[in-house]
Amino acid sequence: MSVLILAETLEGKFKKSTFEATSYGKKVAELLGTTTVVLAINATNPSELYTYGAEKVLNVSNENLKTFNAKVYANIIQQAVEKENAQIVIIDASANGLYVAPMVAVNINAGYASNVVAIPSSTTPFVVKRKAFSSKGFNNTEINTDVKVIGLSKNSFGIIENEVAGTTEDFSPSVIETTIVSEKIEQTTGTVTIADADIVVSGGRGLKGPENWGMVEELAQILGAATACSKPVSDLGWRPHSEHVGQTGKPVASNLYIAIGISGAIQHLAGINSSKVKVVINTDAEAPFFKAADYGIVGDAFEVVPKLIEKLKEFKTNNI
Amino acid sequence: MKILVCISHVPDTTSKINFKENDTKFDNNGVQFVINPYDEFALTRAMWFKEKQGATITAVTVGNTSTEPTLRKALAIGADDAIRVNTEAIDGLQVAKELAEVVKNGSYNLVLAGKESIDYNGGMVPGMLAALVDYNFVNACIGLEIEGEKATISREIDGGKEILSANLPLVIAGQKGLVEEKDLRIPNMRGIMMARKKPLSILEPISTKTATTTASFEKPATKSACKIVSTENIGELVDLLHNEAKVI
Repeated sequence: MSVLILAETLEGKFKKSTFEATSYGKKVAELLGTTTVVLAINATNPSELYTYGAEKVLNVSNENLKTFNAKVYANIIQQAVEKENAQIVIIDASANGLYVAPMVAVNINAGYASNVVAIPSSTTPFVVKRKAFSSKGFNNTEINTDVKVIGLSKNSFGIIENEVAGTTEDFSPSVIETTIVSEKIEQTTGTVTIADADIVVSGGRGLKGPENWGMVEELAQILGAATACSKPVSDLGWRPHSEHVGQTGKPVASNLYIAIGISGAIQHLAGINSSKVKVVINTDAEAPFFKAADYGIVGDAFEVVPKLIEKLKEFKTNNI
Repeated sequence: MKILVCISHVPDTTSKINFKENDTKFDNNGVQFVINPYDEFALTRAMWFKEKQGATITAVTVGNTSTEPTLRKALAIGADDAIRVNTEAIDGLQVAKELAEVVKNGSYNLVLAGKESIDYNGGMVPGMLAALVDYNFVNACIGLEIEGEKATISREIDGGKEILSANLPLVIAGQKGLVEEKDLRIPNMRGIMMARKKPLSILEPISTKTATTTASFEKPATKSACKIVSTENIGELVDLLHNEAKVI
């Protein structure tokens, strides 16, 4: 018996979500009185995961697995589950994680709970709390199958150091043939992505035009944040669609979300509700965003943001 | 090309979410139900294939009679016929198994769905369905072109996009980008009239077994009031974010 965690790498380096999934997996394994196994594909430094509680790392090195293929990966996870007699499989909420998890569930005949935000509240029956209704509610889901798949929501458990004496074992699964082929990957490089960002700075129609985004970008740069925008802004073509956050855009689950000139329509809030701390800057004190935010400034963004940038620069200089 | 569009019947985005019977059931009272917005992108793309490439469209949902108006709306938008699998949708795997049966019996070569429903946000039915019927599958699809048997698909990845190619049959879980919001259609009177005459068949479920159940619901903890910082003292915000919220 074991808890199997799928690691995610980018050019050999583990993503932060893998440290979180491993931390979470360790806690679940403790509850079940069992051990953790992490499946790492083409990772440069597997032993890095011992810090977060990985007792065993199954290390797969295979040039043919350089590019993610959901069908192939789902099959490899299945092989790892069978080899390690895994009872629980934990997969993060990255684009690839969300893609592969349902396929894994079918392959191993498991019940799957996605968007999970906490450790199981009970192990018999097995109950986990998950986000639903676009973060307007939660459901405590009971998984009835012998083997279970858990999709862990980002930034819900946190990265917890829990050093163990881990071992790394080479694993050479068979690689199935598929008829779905990756032709090209277009990565936006050099900037922080909304999915990975701890902080997101977002602009709305209140900024009046694309030419005014300089200060949003400067603020984001100081904070190491990703930039985002509201739906009207992407509809107007001021910013690319990839920056649109909200109900039909990208979901945001950052630690800090700063909304500038965004009124806070319900569809927008549905997409950003999972962020831990929300700050709003808006001229209209009646804007619905103030009801959802933790901190707010009622004021003109064109005055407030430059001042905030200045204060943050001072703060950064004093806190290095 | 025979297209199956999977439709989920969900509370409208602006609905107030409440629970009843000791927080064990969703409270439908006063809630307006609509086609799941992500499924609407899928249906709209299907309409394009119907109009430009002569595809036929079947809309399907798994649910009880209360879901029929939503299926009729899909017919009014332009689906040719509809199927309702007569059982309450409780769990993703259960729904996927029912849909797999529909796909096998109808030999559809393209299945279009939204990447998730906005009620349970499970994000699992399309991937499970693909695995059950052994079709190729692309999640979070933001572009789909089909020439003959060959499909070119774009999907969103963290920080960019990936272009894939695959042959039909195929399951696609779509989102905005598959079509744009301005392309979405509101059913017109003629469509609504025609929808009444289009066939809607009711199938009995193959099983009622579920892999997961909801033990209870919870509402988010009520949020404390927003702290307002004066424009004269913006340094205070930096201070609060650092010392109180501990996020910078």
